[in-house]
Order: sequence, then C-alpha cells, then structure tokens
Amino acid sequence: MKKYQLIEHTADIGLVAYGQDLAQAFGNAAQGLFSIITDLRKVKKIDSKTVEIREKSPEDLLFAWLNHLIFLFDAEQLLLKQCDVKELDAYHIKSICHGEKVDPSRHEIKLGVKAATYHMLKVDPENNRVQVIFDI
Amino acid sequence: MVGVSGMLEKVDDYRWRIPSSFKDGMRVPGLIYADENMLSHGLEEHALEQVANVAFLPGILKYSLAMPDIHWGYGFPIGGVAAFGMDNGVVSPGGVGFDINCGVRLLRTNLSEEEVRPKIEKLMDKIYYSVPSGVGSKGAVKLAKDEIDEVLAEGSLWAVKRGFGKHQDLQTTEEKGQIAGANPAKVSQTAKTRGTPEIGTLGSGNHFLEVAVVDEIREPEIAAVMGINMTGQVMLLIHCGSRGLGHQVATDYVKIMGEVMARNNINLPDRQLACAPLASQEAKDYLAAMRCAANYAWANRQCIMHWVRDSFCSVLGKCEEEAGLELVYDVSHNIAKVEEHVVDGRKQTVCVHRKGATRAFPPGHPDLPRQYSAIGQPILIPGDMGRVSYVLVGTELAMHETFGSTCHGAGRLQSRAAVKKHLRGQQVLYELQSRGITVRAGSISGLAEEASEAYKDVSEVVKVCHNSGISRIVARTRPIGVVKG
Repeated sequence: MKKYQLIEHTADIGLVAYGQDLAQAFGNAAQGLFSIITDLRKVKKIDSKTVEIREKSPEDLLFAWLNHLIFLFDAEQLLLKQCDVKELDAYHIKSICHGEKVDPSRHEIKLGVKAATYHMLKVDPENNRVQVIFDI
Repeated sequence: MVGVSGMLEKVDDYRWRIPSSFKDGMRVPGLIYADENMLSHGLEEHALEQVANVAFLPGILKYSLAMPDIHWGYGFPIGGVAAFGMDNGVVSPGGVGFDINCGVRLLRTNLSEEEVRPKIEKLMDKIYYSVPSGVGSKGAVKLAKDEIDEVLAEGSLWAVKRGFGKHQDLQTTEEKGQIAGANPAKVSQTAKTRGTPEIGTLGSGNHFLEVAVVDEIREPEIAAVMGINMTGQVMLLIHCGSRGLGHQVATDYVKIMGEVMARNNINLPDRQLACAPLASQEAKDYLAAMRCAANYAWANRQCIMHWVRDSFCSVLGKCEEEAGLELVYDVSHNIAKVEEHVVDGRKQTVCVHRKGATRAFPPGHPDLPRQYSAIGQPILIPGDMGRVSYVLVGTELAMHETFGSTCHGAGRLQSRAAVKKHLRGQQVLYELQSRGITVRAGSISGLAEEASEAYKDVSEVVKVCHNSGISRIVARTRPIGVVKG
C-alpha cells in the first residue's frame, strides 16, 4: 500500500498520506514531508526524538505536529526518516521520530519547507487518510 | 458547473471583475488586473477562487484585488491585496504569508558591464562564499544572548549599528528598515530559536542574489533620480525574507487566529484565511510580532548587502565611494500595513494586506524619502532567474484603485513537479551559462524548479501594471550573474 502521494500545487507542494489506521497516516505524512526535503534512503536512524502535542481538534493536531517537525529540521537540522505514532486521539499525539542530523557530505537538501498550512488540510479518520499543503 | 473564470466580467482591457454574487458570503466583488492574453492562457481556477474567498473577510473595503502575477497560494492568492477598516475589519496572517517581509532591494553602481564581465566568475564566487545561502544556511552573524530582540525591534538600524552598511541606507528602505510598533515580547521563543542562527542568510526556494545590467531606460529623467544613468550600468538585486523566524511567527498566529474565529463566530471558506478583528488583542499581538519579523527581514537584507558591497570591493578593487554602490530602494512584498487611504470619498486609516504585492506610492506621498518625492516610490520587480527584471514607480491611480499596490514578480505558472518532469537542473545551468549568465547554486536540482519555464513572463506582468496605470515602467535590467539560494 502506498504510504503517501505528493500533490502538485503551483507554488507549493502538498501530500496525501494513508495508513492502516490514522496514527500510521500521520506517521506517513511526516515521512512524506521529509521526502520533500531530502532523499530519505540516505538518512540513517541514529537519533530519536519524542514529540508530544495536545490540541483542540485532529486538524490542529496535524498542523501543530508537522510544524513542530519542520521546526526540528530548521533549528536542530534533524532529518526524520520515520515517525512512529505511539498514541493518537482527537486531541493528543505522542510520537517517536528517528533520523539524524544533516551531514552535507551525504545529504542533498532538495527543498526547504517553511510551514504546514491549513489550506485544504484534512484529517479523515474513516479512511485513515490525511492531507496537507506545505508552504515552500 | 460554471467555474469562476466563466463568471469574470470585463471592466476594460486590463480589469476583470468577479461579481459578489459568485459566492454567497462575498462582501465585495473581486477585481483582477490581467489582459486578454493572460485570460486566454487561463488564469488558474484555484487562484480566482481564492480571490473570491478573500472577499468573505469581515470589514473588507472596495474589492478583493489581484495583481497580474496572481497564482494559487494558500488562503490568499499570491498577488492578492485586501484592505480592512480599523474599526470593523480584520487582520489575517494568511494575507501576509509565511515569509513575512519577503522583499527586494536594488543597488546601483558606477560600473559598466565591460568592467565587470571579465571578473564575473570571481565576483560570483566571492559573493557566493560571503553570503550563506541554501536550505538551513546559518552562522553568518553571531548574536549575543537576547540580541535577537534588538534585531526585531530595530531592523536595519541594528545592522548598521553592528557595522553592516551605513545610516544613509535607511533613508532608501521602506519604513526606513524599522517599522514602528514591533514588540519582541510578542514573538515566541520557538521563532527566536529558529531566527537567531539564520540572520544574514539568503535561504532557499525562489530567493536569489543577482548581478544585473541595465538594458533599457524608458524614463531617463526618473531613472536618473535613482542613479540609473545608462544602459550597460551594473546593478545588484537581493531577494529574500525573514527566514525561519517569519515562518514561525506566521505559524504561531495562524493557529491563534483559528481560536479567535471560533470565539467570534467568523466562518470562512478556507481556514488558512484565519483572522482576528483589528480591535482585538490577538490582532494587536500579531501585528506587533509581524513587525518584528519585518524588521528581521530588513536587517537580513542589510547584512547581505554589506557583504555584497565588500565582495565588489575586493574583486573589482573599487570600493564603495568609487564604485558608487548605493541602495536605490528596498521594498517589501509580503506585509500588512496600517496606512491612510481615501475610501468612499473619506480619508480613512486602513490595514492593507499585500501578499505577493508591492507598495506603489505616488509622487508627493509623505512616506517617501525626500529624493523620491517628485518621481514616486521606486518599485522593484524581479523576473525569474534567466529573464529580465524591472524598475517601476508608483502612481496616483494606484492610490485610488489598489490601495497603493502593484505586482511583485513574474508569478509562478508551473508546479515544481511539473517543471522537473521535462527539465533537469544541469540543462538549466547549461542554458543560463550559454546566455552569458554565471550561476552559483547550492542545489542543482533546485535550479530546475526555478527555471524560466516555471514562471509567467515578467514583461507581460509589468505591461499590465503599466498599461492599467497602477504603476509606470522606468527601466529594465538583465542578469549576468546569479546566486540561487
């Protein structure tokens, strides 16, 4: 089963992510996000980071969580190859993300991602599917 | 179903209206600046839809406006302009965008293409080496603890005090590079953490640094006031914004505005339009934080300009005075400003959102530097990487029609994925080099995404601004060297 699919947007890039359950779809969205930034095949799982967020709705949760991962890349140069979502309900997410710091000798940074936006943002628990547009 | 393009009403050759009957909930009509040619090539349905969506915002005045470089954004279209009354209107972080005060500055020189050409490779190397660029570029200026707050409060002035450039540069920067009302306490620690290591860096995406040559002067008298005297004269363009700091400020406040909307029962067709009444504390907080990000961006461009001047000095052996490296002007194209405008025959204070749009104030406007009072505000419109850029000036008509605004660039035509399907970075590099443009880029694959084919022709865009009267073309430049972030 496909984990995620990129959506073409004139100036930016979006993605739809799928999973066996919603937690997996969230995890796959994170992987999709980092696949926009770099070639994930070249990223090793050396560091891990626990990210836990509470919000008022599933959409806010996806928005805040992905933006926090973007912050981790920007502020700590972390490339995250895999995010395991351990706990997820409508208002809370706990995830453990694995990856490593950028090593310019091994990682080509293809694109910077400024933020996840609310534009066309969707969390679909019935079909275990999420959608988000990033500002590039 | 009839799409929004089927609903467009022709006003004249350069103006098209989306009637407010198009969607239930539009408070004003949409007004799009475009010509028949742009329409026949199809304006993006998504972008037009976004023009209509902006018209839903409470307190919007006159029109939801779109400049001819309009394209699909998130929330607001890129190329969107909207103004709101201070007492019943709103501010929307999505109407400014994530790259707060992304903008352009133009420098003039006394040098000619003949003098610079032989040393262009060396010059571009030096600039590329001096100005950190690319995704995650960092470390150009080391800030002391809490110094970030000074950057946010003082903008370009902070940079000048740190030795980057001179006081005179402030005179020819929009808002003198330090917009009033910035309050660093309203910027999150997360944003400051992102921004601290990135000050003085170009970033990535469509940001660039360009050594250009004047190739046409249409209005010699106006151009001369800006120090643009002859074709073949070497110029410099810097295009970048507020880096991670601005992105984080936008992210933080879009979320906060979502909560305000729920509280005030404001319903909008796109959550990225999230807004707060201008009178609310949240709106005041956002504006105070946005102004900090704007000041950061001006400080950023000021630092970068300083290293570019240094690079010229060391490579060409001609330093500032002799080389005449003066700042012509610096404009912002992603910002919300509190300005005075005449609406319904009455002078009012309004909040103008320019999202991918440039301020275009006319001659005599009190906010202009004295030397430009007679000619109007310089407007800097960069084209894409391989093509030309333009210098325009603001007009009285822009004040009447567009809240003193005009276009900001070429405007994207093709998605990144679409352009990469038929173009490789190497090809683009080769093509630019064969046209005499020296390129330095961190990511070769990124080059393809910013290729000319991905953009509208900037000449067509400025032609609509000129012919419609919302600005006036003064001069055109073409690139001879580019640093791509």
